[in-house]
Amino acid sequence: MTTHAPAPPGAPANAPGQARDAVPRPRRTPARAASVFLSTHPRTRLALLLSAPLFWLGIVYIVALVLLLVTAFWSVDSFTGEISQTWTLDNIITVVTGSLYQTVTLRTLGVALAVTLIDVLLALPIAFFMAKVASPRMQRILVIAVLTPLWASYLVKAYAWRSVLSQDGILEWLVAPFGGHTPGYGLPATIITLSYLWLPYVILPIYAGLERVPDSLLEASADLGGRTWPTIRLVVFPLVLPAIIAGTIFSFSLSLGDYITVNIVGGANQMLGNLVYTNVGAANNLPLASAIALIPIVIIFGYLFLVRRTGALDNL
Amino acid sequence: MRLSRLSRTTLGVVTGLILFLVYVPLLVVLVNSFSTSTSLTWPPPGFTLEWWGRAFQSAGAMEAVATSVQIAVVATIISLLLGTLISIALQRFSFFGRDAISLLIILPIALPGIITGIALNNFFRTIMGVPLSIWTVVIAHATFCIVTVFNNVIARLRRQGTNLEEASADLGAGVWTTFRLVTFPQLRSALLAGGLLAFALSFDEIIVTTFTAGSGVTTLPIFILNNMFRPNQAPVVSVIAVVLVVVSIIPIYIAQRLSGSEQQRR
Repeated sequence: MTTHAPAPPGAPANAPGQARDAVPRPRRTPARAASVFLSTHPRTRLALLLSAPLFWLGIVYIVALVLLLVTAFWSVDSFTGEISQTWTLDNIITVVTGSLYQTVTLRTLGVALAVTLIDVLLALPIAFFMAKVASPRMQRILVIAVLTPLWASYLVKAYAWRSVLSQDGILEWLVAPFGGHTPGYGLPATIITLSYLWLPYVILPIYAGLERVPDSLLEASADLGGRTWPTIRLVVFPLVLPAIIAGTIFSFSLSLGDYITVNIVGGANQMLGNLVYTNVGAANNLPLASAIALIPIVIIFGYLFLVRRTGALDNL
Repeated sequence: MRLSRLSRTTLGVVTGLILFLVYVPLLVVLVNSFSTSTSLTWPPPGFTLEWWGRAFQSAGAMEAVATSVQIAVVATIISLLLGTLISIALQRFSFFGRDAISLLIILPIALPGIITGIALNNFFRTIMGVPLSIWTVVIAHATFCIVTVFNNVIARLRRQGTNLEEASADLGAGVWTTFRLVTFPQLRSALLAGGLLAFALSFDEIIVTTFTAGSGVTTLPIFILNNMFRPNQAPVVSVIAVVLVVVSIIPIYIAQRLSGSEQQRR
């Protein structure tokens, strides 16, 4: 509306000078002044946005991680149980040379690798079906079906396998007529349960990766005479590899640190997490626990370092 | 590549089989919650509603639920605030160290929970001299919940671009007004989705919780773990498990509705 148009009859009379003020001038409040200052100083804006989250993550998390590293070089006074802050390599030496720690590290690594392998093998066909074969409607249903167990509690799922695998459980009941037996509680049960727990975490990134492979590439391959297997091996697999590795980071890292599943279905077996747990709680030896915790940290950073070139970290 | 009918069917069957295996254990827990056997015997020797009654009268379980809800609510609020701030910073600005910060945000879930747990336990007890309490759990949970909010909000910011915010600024709106009337309404459903995930993550967390909870703090997962191995409590644990799965359908439904309505808008 312009100020020169004559006011229509019936409309409130507007003097020409007043219409210009229809948008009131902003009042000079402190909030307004701050806003003006911020919109002309983007760096200040950035600093304000970053300060609180970085303070939190920096203080709570990074400092805690660094201090964990430092604590591994301290020791515990055997009389008082107090931590004495004198530098010593004893804990590191114990952990690196102790046969208990070597065995448990190897066992944990073996379990984590087996779980990762099983999960990738299970996730590939299901993710491929979801992304490339299923109709859009079916796809939606399958995504929900895969996601739902993710929301069910971790403990509930581990507990579910405890009842499935028990000596009087459903598995024994199913396979006993054929002369089979449940594996009972032990390392195989741990591997099964962990694979079950992390399967959705592996399916989802692989599915997202396959979704991003354009169908036109598959058609081009077919037009050029590529049969199914060569196409999967030479076209699909290289494109999806970062997504697969992203999935393995989850299953590998989550398995390495787990100690509760092994408590529930693992029988008397121990993993690295159990050793850390006992040393924090019952043994009250935080420095030794910190030294043990360094083993998974080193393994995972090594793994992240190995796969960083593949672009897997952008697929997390 | 054209998949033959046979390979399509095979893939479908394999998918169905895996999904079946995924759901069987959950169904077994459902049946066990009605079983008269206290030792997870299959097939159930008989059926009873006793455990369902016992579970809802169990003061310990109810208190544990209340503790878990309190922790999850506070941790979610903190992670919503921090996650929004940091995703705006990382999406709307480019600066030195941006990649390092985004790695720092995923680190709490990329490293095993036991490392986060023991690092914080050591930090609180040995370094700060703070006794473990419900607040140490909240701090720990908020730390790893930031990433879920961050993922949702940054994806939304990337998609919506800066056009509307610039238009708002051109029309004379200040920084606050633009955030309140333009940016925030567009972020609302992303915040809800991220907040739901953060809540679920915190509600379910057990490993970090065991390392950071004071002696009197019993969250629901800790309660379940404590009672799982007691013979007479096992069926009660089954009941709680079933209730948890059923209740978790609500956030899944909301999250699906949110993402569904977004797909229609695009």
